[in-house]
Amino acid sequence: MEHHLVLRVIAKLLIPLILLFALYVQFHGDYGPGGGFQAGVIFASAFILYSLIFGVGNARSVISFNLLRVISASGLLLYIGVGVVALISGGNFLDYNVLLSDPVHGQHLGILVIEFGVGMTVAAVMMMTFFVFARP
Amino acid sequence: MLAFLAILGIAIIRLDSLFAAVMLTGIYSLVAACLYIEMDAVDVAFTEAAVGGGIATLLFLSTIALTSNREKSGNQEKSGSQEKPGSKNSLPAFIVVMLTGAVLMFGVSDIPKFGDSSAPAHQYLSDRYINQSPQEIGVPNMVTSVLASYRGYDTMGEVTVIFTAGIAVLMLLGRGFRSNTRRTRVKTDTKSSQGKRSTGE
Repeated sequence: MEHHLVLRVIAKLLIPLILLFALYVQFHGDYGPGGGFQAGVIFASAFILYSLIFGVGNARSVISFNLLRVISASGLLLYIGVGVVALISGGNFLDYNVLLSDPVHGQHLGILVIEFGVGMTVAAVMMMTFFVFARP
Repeated sequence: MLAFLAILGIAIIRLDSLFAAVMLTGIYSLVAACLYIEMDAVDVAFTEAAVGGGIATLLFLSTIALTSNREKSGNQEKSGSQEKPGSKNSLPAFIVVMLTGAVLMFGVSDIPKFGDSSAPAHQYLSDRYINQSPQEIGVPNMVTSVLASYRGYDTMGEVTVIFTAGIAVLMLLGRGFRSNTRRTRVKTDTKSSQGKRSTGE
């Protein structure tokens, strides 16, 4: 993969845009199509593109395997944590109305946080799966 | 477009080169995504294009890179009935498939037509979501409010499924869980031959 100059240049141009688009899909899911699942997959695909062109070893030095394991677990924990916080604040499990004083804003915050948790888990699991499969 | 999907499916079954079959599954996903857009299900189409067209195709490709890119003929027990059309296995299998298909078609005839306004789902549930969710949730994308708030518990289950699947892949392909490899190898034997080959390395 040393000589694919065009591929390397185009990938360097595209990867930041893909990451940005993933974040847009993640946090704009309330207003347009998208959400945690799609954003996670797009985010992971940027890293997979990087590892396809610059090698899996380089990609794993960017984001280590143990970090991915921690991220995938903490995404799920973040989701459940929102539910537990709602439980502690006096509502039902995953009832976002009690998160803030205004129910609608509470809903907004809750959805944003759990979508972020979904995105973290999905992205980390997708990258982990690819790294395991792409073992040299 | 449905006919195009059917043609693609038959082509995938009949192809011998796995690489071409994987490429066709990617195209299949993109056509399916177009179909979903036609039905105004933009979120589903987005997911189908990203997951089915992108990640799944990539994972298939890396599996092929780990194993081989031709379908094995002969000793594989998996493709035995497919390779020899006249063998004993194919007739009962054909009958079972036709029966299952007939039962499914019979079930489909009970489902209300697409866009039928008298369908049970549109009687009270859709009304409730469409009328109440702007006041209750305040999120313009109604799919997000249903997915994350009204059905938040379901979505938590989905995330758990993805997480569990990731752990299962880690255990099967054995990296970081060295002490568990022997225990999972017993399970791997019953799985497909791909898993067997890659853990055997």
